[in-house]
Amino acid sequence: MVNYHERLDRVFAALVDPTRRAILARLEREEGASVSALARPFAIKLPAVMKHLDVLDDAGLVTRSKLGRTVTVRLRPEPMREAMDWLRRYERFWSKSLDRLAAYAESKEAEARKKRR
Amino acid sequence: MTSLTLVRRIKARPSIVFDALTTPEGIASWWGPDDGPVLQAESDPRVGGRFRVRFRMLDGSEHESSGEYLEVVKPDRLSMTWRWTGGAEDPGESLVEIRLRAVADGTELTFTHSRLHDEETRRGHEQGWTGALDKLERLFL
Repeated sequence: MVNYHERLDRVFAALVDPTRRAILARLEREEGASVSALARPFAIKLPAVMKHLDVLDDAGLVTRSKLGRTVTVRLRPEPMREAMDWLRRYERFWSKSLDRLAAYAESKEAEARKKRR
Repeated sequence: MTSLTLVRRIKARPSIVFDALTTPEGIASWWGPDDGPVLQAESDPRVGGRFRVRFRMLDGSEHESSGEYLEVVKPDRLSMTWRWTGGAEDPGESLVEIRLRAVADGTELTFTHSRLHDEETRRGHEQGWTGALDKLERLFL
């Protein structure tokens, strides 16, 4: 069992590449796609696409199933949700903090103005 | 790079906002994700100086974050490294950058927390994936 942070590392590392993001976006639109169909829009060779799929697979973002000679790739959205939940925690942290910072600074501003009168 | 940017308009002059960001008294009054108390706030706002903040959340859990000031230009700019210290939170160091701009009714504050979770991506190409998350969020939620 890979721990939470290692999982996140893999997801973020997988997402940094534009080809891999394009593959994910396509898999989101389509129910599933064969490896050769996925490779078609890119100016790269099949083995390169296979490597990208390995990275996505390691991050848990896709599953591959083989039927006869065709490998079908499907999206697994759970790790993506986990990564976004993680980022959203930071957003909540800072959003709440900055709201309070604003209130505090505004009260200090009001004090400063009172003193000046 | 994994980053987060927030913008706030504050009805206070930049120097007051800057002090609220950097003094221990200021930090103690706003730091934290909920209304739990700040237990300890230390801050030495000069280049190379450090800050350390310990807070308790309403669920009773205690957390601490600390870092080093990289840029301290009152009342315009502040940047610092940031990490969780102790506990099981995210490992690794990230970067907080704050810009203050005087506007008619006070200050516009732009807050950016970056280099979140991107040890590997930094080593790879600097190809930013800012924006990608937004798109993927649209796709997956």
